[in-house]
Amino acid sequence: MALFVQHVIDATTYGSLFALYALGIALIFGIMGLINFAHGELIMVGGYTIVLLAHPPWPVVILATIAVAIVFALAMERVAFRPLRGASPPTLLIASFAVSYGLQNLAILIEGSAAKGVSVSTWLSESFQIGSVSIPKLDVVTVAVTAVLLVSLGLFLQRTRIGVQMRAAAEDFRIARVLGVKANTVIATAFAISGLLAGVGAYFLTAQTGEVTPDFGSNPVLYAFVATVLGGMGTLRGAVLGGYVFGAIFVALQAYLPIELAPYRDAFAYGAVIVMLLVRPQGLVVSRSVVTRI
Amino acid sequence: MLRIDDLRVSYGRVPALHGISLHVDEGEVVTMVGPNGAGKTTTLSAIFGLVPPASGSIRFEGQSLVGVTPEKILRKGLALVPEGRHILGTLTVAENLQLGTTARRDRAAAAADLEKTLERFPVLKGYYKSSAGTLSGGEQQQLAIARALLSRPRLLLLDEPSLGLAPVVIDVVFDTLEELRQEGVTILLVEQTVARAVEFADRAYILRSGRVAHSGTREEILRMEDFETTYLGV
Repeated sequence: MALFVQHVIDATTYGSLFALYALGIALIFGIMGLINFAHGELIMVGGYTIVLLAHPPWPVVILATIAVAIVFALAMERVAFRPLRGASPPTLLIASFAVSYGLQNLAILIEGSAAKGVSVSTWLSESFQIGSVSIPKLDVVTVAVTAVLLVSLGLFLQRTRIGVQMRAAAEDFRIARVLGVKANTVIATAFAISGLLAGVGAYFLTAQTGEVTPDFGSNPVLYAFVATVLGGMGTLRGAVLGGYVFGAIFVALQAYLPIELAPYRDAFAYGAVIVMLLVRPQGLVVSRSVVTRI
Repeated sequence: MLRIDDLRVSYGRVPALHGISLHVDEGEVVTMVGPNGAGKTTTLSAIFGLVPPASGSIRFEGQSLVGVTPEKILRKGLALVPEGRHILGTLTVAENLQLGTTARRDRAAAAADLEKTLERFPVLKGYYKSSAGTLSGGEQQQLAIARALLSRPRLLLLDEPSLGLAPVVIDVVFDTLEELRQEGVTILLVEQTVARAVEFADRAYILRSGRVAHSGTREEILRMEDFETTYLGV
């Protein structure tokens, strides 16, 4: 029983991280049809920010990490994606790969390809002990902060004028613009939010791994992509749900795969996703705008 | 107010407009009629910056609209009710209407306009918090018109507002347009119910195959011997 509780906690933690990453991808995809593989590099620059800052008080580290990720997100939109506005999805996708590799190689140039170790917080690396279950404080904080972010983002999209404009743009960008919604404002806001999510994700991931590499963001963005596909491309709810489902699959395989198959955990995880998509190709949550487009 | 000269538009290599010229003066109601594929929707799309012209000019109050983004064109005082309504179905009626006020800086006046709009279209008040996708076709059309009006346009472009509506609802649409005319809103109306549109308008342009086939005042068009055959494209 204690072991099962431990697995549920792990699954929720992984799920929270995947949901954070996936939301950043889904938000941009919903509005401009871009699958931003360079999202991982926002997480990477966040990670290096923590390394470079070394040891100021933690609120400073968190704010700086988020700020740097937002600045990079806005810069990549302005430099790489705005000139391609209206281009076809494959063009945008390839541009995002270019940005991704460009930033990774920039990181190698500046910081080298070796991993940089960093200890984020001694407090976070401790655990709460409840009976025989030990819950890492990092897990609790990850789950709680993600929950707060999800609710805040939901409220932002529902209650604010710019949030309503973003939802309008996600449903039908042309019509939103005809009504006066400024394309640049909406897209920049989406990128800023994706930067915020990446910054928070970077903080938790760095705290978990204790080291940062130039390809630090590659795995998270792959997981995020799988989670968005699993949940249903183009819906934020689907991305979050996909993140948690993928987290559950991930931890279940880690826990219950026979020891000799454990190195192939990711292969099994992606296999499970393929099976789910064969059963439900549209993803777990169906986007209304996709339905109307077909 | 609006002047289009020798406007040409192509979709890829397929030409859609072969040089359209038309103008709309302040306070006028002008209609553009013609068979499917005549270029009516393309003309409105070009005015609103949704398709780029291959050549020709589009001027609103002397300023060129070519190459201007839709969101800036709206801020110059134009509004478009697009073909097929295009209400945002995942948003509520309230949110659709709120989007209509996106460009307004006078928030208090915009709120007052919203009140007036709900009085003019009481059906929208009933569904205010419902998802706009659940409205019937006629209700969606009223929402699309109401939403466009909330930007307080000086020139309103409507693309087939009566398409697919029951006759009773078409009456509501034309009653609304009549009220707008009285308020001094300039209207460029694209219609498929030709006779009604021409009778409603001050002037009409008859388009065929991407060209203006005929143009004139309401009386001139109605007096044309071959009016019926022309608009049917026979």
